[in-house]
Amino acid sequence: PAGMFLRLLSDVRWQAAHPKWRKMTCSQRSSSSTAEPTPVPLPAEAQVVICGGGIMGTSVAYHLSKMGWKDVVLLEQGRLAAGTTRFSAGIVSTARHLSVELKMADYSNKLYQQLEQETGVSTGYVKTGSISLAQTQDRLISLKRIASSLNVMGIPCEIITPKQVAQLHPLINIHDLVGAMYVPEDALVSSANVSLALATAASQNGVQIHERTSVSHVSIQKGRVTGVETDRGQIKCQYFVNCAGQWAYELGHSGKEPVHIPLHACEHFYLLTHPLKEPLASNLPTIVDPDGRIYIRNWQGGILSGGFEKNPKPLFTEGRNQLEIQNLQEDWDHFEPLLSALLRRMPDLEALQIKQLVNCPESFTPDMRCIMGESPTVRGYFVLAGMNSAGISYGGGAGKYLAEWMVNGYPSENVWPLDLKRFGALQSSRTFLRHRVMEVMPLMCDLKVPRWDFQTGRQLRTSPLYDRLDAQGARWMEKHGFERVKYFVPPGTDLLDLEQSKTFYKPDWFDIVGAEVKCCKEAVCVIDMSSFTKFEISSTEDQALENLQYLFSNDLDVPVGHVVHTGMLNEKGGYENDCSIARLSKRSFFMISPTDQQVHCWTWLKNRLPDDSNLTLEDVTWKYTALNLIGPRAVDVLSELSYAPMTPEHFPSLFCKEMSVGYANGIRVMSITHTGEPGFVLYIPIEYALHVYNEVMNMGQKYGIRNAGYYALRSLRIEKFFAFWGQDLDAFTTPMECGREFQVKLEKGTEFIGQEALLEQKQNGVYKRFTMFILEDHDTDTDLWPWWGEPIFRNGRYVGKTTSSAYSYTLERHVCLGFVHHFDENTGEELVVTADFINNGDYAIDIAGQRFQAKAKLYPFSSLFAQRRRKDEEELSGYQRE
Amino acid sequence: FYLTPPQVNSILKANEYSFKVPEFDGKNVSSVLGFDSNQLPANAPIEDRRSAATCLQTRGMLLGVFDGHAGCACAQAVSERLFYYIAVSLLPHETLLEIENAVESGRAVLPILQWHKHPNDYFSKEASKLYFNSLRTYWQELIDLNSGETTDVKEALVNAFKRLDNDISLEAQVGDPNSFLNYLVLRVAFSGATACVAHVDGVDLHIANTGDSRAVLGVQEEDGSWSAVNLSYDHNAQNEHEVKRVRMEHPKSEEKNVVKQDRLLGLLMPFRAFGDVKFKWSIDLQKRVIESGPDQLNDNEYTKFIPPNYHTPPYLTAEPEVIHHKLRPQDKFLILATDGLWETMHRQDVARIVGEYLTGVHHQQPIAVGGYKVTLGQMHGLLAERRARISSVFEDQNAATHLIRHAVGNNEFGTVDHDRLSKMLSLPEELARMYRDDITITVVQFNSHVIGACQNGE
Repeated sequence: PAGMFLRLLSDVRWQAAHPKWRKMTCSQRSSSSTAEPTPVPLPAEAQVVICGGGIMGTSVAYHLSKMGWKDVVLLEQGRLAAGTTRFSAGIVSTARHLSVELKMADYSNKLYQQLEQETGVSTGYVKTGSISLAQTQDRLISLKRIASSLNVMGIPCEIITPKQVAQLHPLINIHDLVGAMYVPEDALVSSANVSLALATAASQNGVQIHERTSVSHVSIQKGRVTGVETDRGQIKCQYFVNCAGQWAYELGHSGKEPVHIPLHACEHFYLLTHPLKEPLASNLPTIVDPDGRIYIRNWQGGILSGGFEKNPKPLFTEGRNQLEIQNLQEDWDHFEPLLSALLRRMPDLEALQIKQLVNCPESFTPDMRCIMGESPTVRGYFVLAGMNSAGISYGGGAGKYLAEWMVNGYPSENVWPLDLKRFGALQSSRTFLRHRVMEVMPLMCDLKVPRWDFQTGRQLRTSPLYDRLDAQGARWMEKHGFERVKYFVPPGTDLLDLEQSKTFYKPDWFDIVGAEVKCCKEAVCVIDMSSFTKFEISSTEDQALENLQYLFSNDLDVPVGHVVHTGMLNEKGGYENDCSIARLSKRSFFMISPTDQQVHCWTWLKNRLPDDSNLTLEDVTWKYTALNLIGPRAVDVLSELSYAPMTPEHFPSLFCKEMSVGYANGIRVMSITHTGEPGFVLYIPIEYALHVYNEVMNMGQKYGIRNAGYYALRSLRIEKFFAFWGQDLDAFTTPMECGREFQVKLEKGTEFIGQEALLEQKQNGVYKRFTMFILEDHDTDTDLWPWWGEPIFRNGRYVGKTTSSAYSYTLERHVCLGFVHHFDENTGEELVVTADFINNGDYAIDIAGQRFQAKAKLYPFSSLFAQRRRKDEEELSGYQRE
Repeated sequence: FYLTPPQVNSILKANEYSFKVPEFDGKNVSSVLGFDSNQLPANAPIEDRRSAATCLQTRGMLLGVFDGHAGCACAQAVSERLFYYIAVSLLPHETLLEIENAVESGRAVLPILQWHKHPNDYFSKEASKLYFNSLRTYWQELIDLNSGETTDVKEALVNAFKRLDNDISLEAQVGDPNSFLNYLVLRVAFSGATACVAHVDGVDLHIANTGDSRAVLGVQEEDGSWSAVNLSYDHNAQNEHEVKRVRMEHPKSEEKNVVKQDRLLGLLMPFRAFGDVKFKWSIDLQKRVIESGPDQLNDNEYTKFIPPNYHTPPYLTAEPEVIHHKLRPQDKFLILATDGLWETMHRQDVARIVGEYLTGVHHQQPIAVGGYKVTLGQMHGLLAERRARISSVFEDQNAATHLIRHAVGNNEFGTVDHDRLSKMLSLPEELARMYRDDITITVVQFNSHVIGACQNGE
């Protein structure tokens, strides 16, 4: 009822604000009581059709029209802002873990603040601030990490004591609190009205809005959007934007060519009360009590409080009728734990009268991050959905990024963590989504500790060696649906159970991974790396080489059998992918990319390779099992198994050769290890996988071989200053900025994407530089561990953030990798970062508010490692004598 | 003083009893699956009684609840004796003859009833000989009266009720040389009891009711919801027909006094009952019996007290009203209960709670705040209690126990409130009767498949 009232109010203003629209709403209004509605006919053609009139759809329309795209039609099946948007709690919160999410929320907040002035539509914007409470020390650490991020972004934020909390909010019971984070700029809005305000502005800019119009499917020809079919006729268009919220999945599957949008709705409950005897002030801060799983905001003198329960109720798994959203039942029994938490937090509310328990479905995604971007299979098909209950906080920023994406070809920020292409068809199973969102929704309030792994939807993609490795104590994590080993628990070792090993400090596997690293350094380890994305590109003539030379920055015209590390760059010289390409023959290439590149890289290549039947691109990921043999003894193991000399003279570094290993023939052996350590990766046709693994393990015994996992791999690559795409590298990072100029051949004789941008950088210098930091005064045993996203300070001033970190067992220090910028002290303008700038500075890394001294380096410790290796070899020979 | 949930359970379950009818007893399939029964005292000792038995020489099952007043003697006697009177009334002539011959020649008598009794449901050993003799006299008369016609259940029920009440009256007038028995028969006659008895035989369900206990049929509608159908009329002032009947039976001059303050002669709540000879005998007879009776009787102010405006006795009858109902597959159960239950709960709620319990649908009615004024604190308490109730549903293995839990512990939302339950059950004896009445419940569950098959067979 309250929502309806809001609706009526906003409609009145809506009509006043836009006369053209009044006709339609009036006719529709009267229609409910009298005649059939006579809606404005749909246009036959438009540049863009947006489906969904919630906060996302209206925000995209608003930003598109602001950027000059005015031939836009927005279709809404019901009424504007009548779905999840209408029921949203209206909290704009910038306290986010991911920096891109934080930026979206910050932009939204600023946009909403001035929206009423811009549009004349009242948005109910009130700057209340928000207080996130910590009941435990770990929670406080988590809040401090966010606070560090917010502060360097220029968003006011402070960690406060329980007493200060009590001063800010009169009703809070602070007895069980250890601290809190206060973000004074956070705000409340009427979410429906924000959406209507955005629609008003968009409409004034020329966007046509049609309510009560359902999109039945999107027409696609030759992999491109050509139009949409609605219940009121067809509209031809070049771009389609799916902002259908929880119906986005179904809409994506409605056409002949499915667009997989992995999201699933869950019921979400919040409570509305009557006003207190002394009505609460409208500027009272919003309370977030993640340990109690609840949020509490002031609402019309009373409160609005909801939360994220441990036992969520997923719904519409089988895709139900949209209208049922209106009839969802209140479920008090389900709400009971949250009500308990509320009364525990604010005991004085006992006597407060209930107004309503609202059941408002929210859509959640498999990794708790929203979904935006263009479909990998249908060009011109854009998506913005799956907000994980933060739609209002993200609405403004997400709409802006998507509009930029459509207009400019890419947003102004790195949005890879949110890109639709991080998913593929494999995350599109309804069962998977249903199970996963049941885990994701409670996670909204759970402590976000480093190295978290999802527990549901697992064991989907596995290596043929899975059972063998599992039996040997493998502990697993998942990437893009693929099970990968973290480390191997030696027999007889008792590790803490999962719940207890959640820590911000030194983890319980520290010594286990240390032993694996030592073995990689001194003997030989096997890591199953089958998850890596593997493509083959071949042609009848020279097309493969010609095209790859254009798509990749390094020179691929190398002798057959050579492996080239190269970036796949965009026009700005940024990394779309970072890969290793082996030239198998004159006309065929084998390409290895990170696991989560499977969809993105495929799309990138498909969209840029000519439509030529003599040029084939094949995804062979599933065809090969990859075993990474790392360590000085790898060469011995392999030469014994193949009866072929494997020493550097015969098998130099960055070399690839098909050979036999054991009884199996046709194994692609490459002398790379992705770590900087000596060794080989074996690409084994899957039917030979078990055989080769057994042979390697048997033969390796005398060289001290053992299994190892990705944690060891990560420690090795980070101490060697190896950047990893998706973690350190992204579409906004060029090879020049991360010390990889040697992987760019500006004068290779052919043009390539990003060449101009790189030339310019070569001449003018770079504005950020990938730097390695060694923590100096950090105690591994007692201090908080770095993770990633920690602010970097140079001479006390913020210069950038870390992108990854690991403990280096060789250096016996923590190593962080990150980018250093040079902001002008007065203007904040970005200046060129020179090697001198990096080298002449005192650095500190901020881990949850505590700063640790760090030494910056632009090059890895090659000499140090060389020395150590010689020493290690002596030790090892001693070991063998024993 | 606070009772923990296990303590509450032990009180609630002290008198519970369940009986499952063997699916096939060798002769026929029963339309009754079984029954759950329980009673919760408010009076000390409890004045309610209950009985259940299977007729062995005829088909069918008898179940009844009896609500005593002015003591428990009459209810006790009726609970022991009434089913025998009914069974005898139903017996064919040949069987009666066979029984009489067996008794006469000292042979073993055919068993007439198989009782289904809780250990607390006792029979008075001292009076059994006396009761047997009265019963034998009854069947001897039936043998003499042999009409040759098949016995009509309705008629048999009415005859049995009337005959038993008559015997109670006669035994008190005649007295007994044994002073204990003499005092017993007088206490039986001067106290009273209502009776609500069900006779189930295949699809034929007969309810014979005397007084204000009630029989309610639980019907499952096509949409799965539950509704309650009354199978008895309360004999009290709320029943217009009863008021009219009582007034009709007495001269116009007494019209105002016969029913006063919703009570018979301003005294008695039920308008029909066993015993209660103070409302049946002439003043002379009452005085005579009391004077010649034992001292205890003489000292009792109540028995000596003659109702005011007592001109044209009898004012009270034990004659039952009998309702016949043909069972349908949607008739899932029958609830027989004394007014202690019906005072606290509406029959629709009773039918729903039992229906949901028996069908194993422990689905709680969702709570809706609707227009009510509910505070967060109240809701919190209610929800905590509902959580407890989910376990309580599984705690109760007996539908009657489950009903009593609701009857005593229900709060304004219709859900069991443990605090309330604890308070109600820990009331001292002298206070308990002010907050609640004795409650006796028997829930009979029907076998829909058998009923469906019977229907189709006809």
